Amino acid sequence: MSRARADEEEYWHSSKFRAFTFDDEDDELSQLKESKRAVNSLRDIVDDDDDDLERVSWSGEPVGSISWSIRETASSSSSSLEGQDSSQQKGSSSYAAFPKQASSYSLSSLFKGEVSPMQYGLPQESLSDIGVKNYAPELRRPKAEYKDYSSDWSPKDTVIRMQRGKVCSLERFRSLQDKLVLLDEAVARHDGNVITAVLIFLKRTLKREILFRELEVRQVALCHLIYFLKETGEQKLLLDLLRTDCASFPFLQLSQYREHLNIQDVEKRREFLKGCIGLPFSAEDSSHIQDHYTLLERQIIIEANDRHLETAGQSEIFRKYPRKASILNMPLVTTLFYSCFYHYTEAEGMFSSPTNLKKTFKIPDKQYVLTALAARAKLRAWEDVDALFTTKNWLGYTKKKAPIGFHRVVEILQRNNAPVQVLQEYVRLVEDVETRLNLATKYKCHDVVIETYRDLKDRIQLTAYKCKVDRGSAEEEKINSILNNMVRKH
Amino acid sequence: MAFAGRRDVPEPPDFGILKRLARDQLIYLLEQLPGKKDLFIEADLMSPLDRIANVSILKQHEVDKLYKVESRPALGASDQFCFLVRPRIRTMQYIADIINADKMSGRSRKYKIIFSPQKFYACEMVLEEEGVFGDVTCDEWSFYLLPLDEDIISMELPEFFRDYFLEGDHRWINSVARALQLLSSLYGPFGKAYGIGRCAKMSYELWRDLEEESEVEGQGRKPEIGNIFLMDRDTDYVTALCSQVVYEGLVDDTFRIKCGSVDFGPDVTSSDKSIKVLLNAQDKVFSQIRNEHFSSVFGFLSQKSRNLQAQYDRRRGMDIKQMKNFVSQELKGLKQEHRLLSLHIGACESIMKKKTKQDFQEMMKAEHSLLEGFDIRESTSFIEEHIDRQVSPIDSLRLMCLLSITENGLNPKDYRSLKTQYLQSYGPEHLLTFHNLKRIGLLTEQSAGDTLTAMESKVSRLVTDRAAGKITDAFNSLARKSNFRAISKKLGLIPRVDGEYDLKMPRDMAYVFSGAYIPLSCKIIEQVLERRGWLGLEEVVRLLNGNEFAVSDSTVEDNPTWDYQRVILAVFLGGCTFSEIAALRFLGKERGFKFIFLTTAITNSTRMMEAMIETKA
Repeated sequence: MSRARADEEEYWHSSKFRAFTFDDEDDELSQLKESKRAVNSLRDIVDDDDDDLERVSWSGEPVGSISWSIRETASSSSSSLEGQDSSQQKGSSSYAAFPKQASSYSLSSLFKGEVSPMQYGLPQESLSDIGVKNYAPELRRPKAEYKDYSSDWSPKDTVIRMQRGKVCSLERFRSLQDKLVLLDEAVARHDGNVITAVLIFLKRTLKREILFRELEVRQVALCHLIYFLKETGEQKLLLDLLRTDCASFPFLQLSQYREHLNIQDVEKRREFLKGCIGLPFSAEDSSHIQDHYTLLERQIIIEANDRHLETAGQSEIFRKYPRKASILNMPLVTTLFYSCFYHYTEAEGMFSSPTNLKKTFKIPDKQYVLTALAARAKLRAWEDVDALFTTKNWLGYTKKKAPIGFHRVVEILQRNNAPVQVLQEYVRLVEDVETRLNLATKYKCHDVVIETYRDLKDRIQLTAYKCKVDRGSAEEEKINSILNNMVRKH
Repeated sequence: MAFAGRRDVPEPPDFGILKRLARDQLIYLLEQLPGKKDLFIEADLMSPLDRIANVSILKQHEVDKLYKVESRPALGASDQFCFLVRPRIRTMQYIADIINADKMSGRSRKYKIIFSPQKFYACEMVLEEEGVFGDVTCDEWSFYLLPLDEDIISMELPEFFRDYFLEGDHRWINSVARALQLLSSLYGPFGKAYGIGRCAKMSYELWRDLEEESEVEGQGRKPEIGNIFLMDRDTDYVTALCSQVVYEGLVDDTFRIKCGSVDFGPDVTSSDKSIKVLLNAQDKVFSQIRNEHFSSVFGFLSQKSRNLQAQYDRRRGMDIKQMKNFVSQELKGLKQEHRLLSLHIGACESIMKKKTKQDFQEMMKAEHSLLEGFDIRESTSFIEEHIDRQVSPIDSLRLMCLLSITENGLNPKDYRSLKTQYLQSYGPEHLLTFHNLKRIGLLTEQSAGDTLTAMESKVSRLVTDRAAGKITDAFNSLARKSNFRAISKKLGLIPRVDGEYDLKMPRDMAYVFSGAYIPLSCKIIEQVLERRGWLGLEEVVRLLNGNEFAVSDSTVEDNPTWDYQRVILAVFLGGCTFSEIAALRFLGKERGFKFIFLTTAITNSTRMMEAMIETKA
């Protein structure tokens, strides 16, 4: 860039300065825009007294209305730029929230391409003294004064200015001491935006080890850097940082493990998880990660097999109940449900068999039964449901037992539209009399209601219940005979 | 409707000006890019934008096509792109991708990014790194405050919760301070400031700094808000975790109120289309039931329907002239009321249907036991079964958190077993969710304190005295004890009830939780206002981990008889629930206060839990 040419005319007619090409008619506009930006950023430095920004905006009067802002811009577009009518002037962008076009500084538009608004002090772009000398000879304030303004702010003032979104070069904070004072000031000011900005600067100008070491005793700043690295996706630096910081140590492995969420391909994901197993997790987490890996591994095998079975069309269950979704990346319980649905009878040796899953992942009885029940009920395989709860004692007598309350069993069966005959068998097993009566009444298991009232010797309820059953039905007869029996006994 | 005010409750100030300011500024910013332009709007900003402007305003300012951020521009797109965004790194990458793609294909355009509510240096850094810094102009749209209702102002920053409480990032504190500055310049100065919580303290300090540095004086203006109370969400997680049972809270829990409006689906409207309904004080039906316990809502609605019926029926005996009058004067209002009534009745039905399906009753029982500290074992097995049945993952998580906070952490055996079953039911990747919950202190293991102490002592050996206090604070925020049981006892949060709690004629704020629990956050506010400070609450403050403050502005005259002295700005940092709003509205009516709510976002248990779940980048 031939910035050395300070001649204004040259500048305006040169197109080399353009950061990107506008259409011809936009040419002037783009320059204007650039200059305006430069003007505004310069003004931050030159004119310290621009707090009217806030004053104007929030004083309570309806400022910023369209007409008001047009008037404002029109009045400020007076002098410097010949041939620019006010509409174009209006079009020029200022980065400030409210109009603060500064008419008298437009010569500083020469800074185009060099000054960027609100930068936080990057060496190549900071507003250096040289730049001022060479390109802005007509600035209102003398150079010496300018220097005062640009570089003699205390760390605190620097932070305050940054907080207001003003241009501030951090380059002069070169000693470690200065950098840390600046960081501490930012933290003391409670503005996360500035803290992060200072950290970006420190990250660029300090050796990693030094930065990390200093952050270890600056937890608030540390949190900001960790979050910043997470957001920008600088995974490697993040892991390095977590590695050095003892307080963050537990987060390290998890932050690595977290990456799997971003891996779409299942094979790659599986490989990645395999890699995670070796990481020094806590004993508890490590078994969860191991399980995660094993689960995905199983799912990949099952998925491949079943997709094949389904497309071949030989398996009845897949023909009758086509799979709605792939089993990949599903939770364990969903996988178990799937396996109870499609592979219930398979031998334990098969990866897809429910018993195999139960053993491999040490699924508790309760969870297993709930899941198997739901799956078999969905298929209306009532014998399987029956078998699930039937236990034989050593004399060969069978008994119904469940690790969950039978009211839950009833609920699941009912949700799967089990017929009354099946339902009532389990309603009968509900221990709590009141719950049993409620469920029986709700699901019209007349026999259970009647028997319960009989056992309670509740004639009144029994008589009342007669109206709930059909006239002349077996149930009505049963009620009548019980009522008669009760009478006879008394 | 049920309670009569003891003292006149002052009117809230008019917050309409906030909308006008935001709209005018946006228009001004759009005019900065004259000519036809396409506008790309961040999804999160759409609803807030809807509340202050509409498409025709945008069209008037030469916005041609509207895109959602993350979508690709169409082929015939304009020569100018304007992006209206939150200051987020991934949005910057998206914008940079668009610009760089244009550059590659030799397409030239103008680009403008409008950040709301403010710009972050980190965003500019991304633009710079992507090589597009000079190609865009950046502006800030200082849209800090959106009035959702006559007494609710939202910053619409739901990410505040996660960013501050989980990640420990202070980026939004400046926004909060600026919002306070704006409010104080328009409606202040506030005579008294109270607060509790680290973030509350920081926001307050920064706001004071900003006030001191600006020379703007609020002289000659009559203040409209007398007191301000700032509170961190982590002062009281319990309240936010409870199932809501006041109508507005239930509607939020069931249908998700977004930016003050809700989409009622076909199950509510009993037609085949959804209706978007604005829920605020303007809705004559809603405004009367929003704060009521759900059980009183039915009665109210049916009474209202009968009245409506009666009014319709009046036309039977009318002659032509009366009928003409009726049609021209009353019918429109009646029709409107009819429409609202049928919507809210539909909503109630739908809520009932959903809640009975979820064994809401059992869940409430478990929640109440946890709050009271009874039958913990039984509640634990309820939660376990909830997990095993694979019903709502969010509810399972929420109940576990409630168990943990009320019990000061789970015992290691329960923690492990519940965690394992949760991972098995809902997916192994929730390992990350558990980690987040532990970090934020919502779901902890009782023994976790040991490792923390070890870590703490190790670090403090390296610490200079200057940083020592800060570090201890940092650790406190990492995993602090909730002390809920002790606080509850001290403040009497569990009302002793002889007989039934009459939910139709509530005696205290506990009615918002069926009489089982007085929301801690609201109780603290009540106590401090009553005492005009923290005096006498030392023990509670200690249990809440301190960071309390009470400051009087000496320049503001103190006279409690003035109306504005009874207007209180309640600021919730990290979100506020409708139950809390209802409770404080109740308190206001009882004591003659008017509460104005300023929150970073409206929250509820679901939003809080969702904020803890990791998703792919």
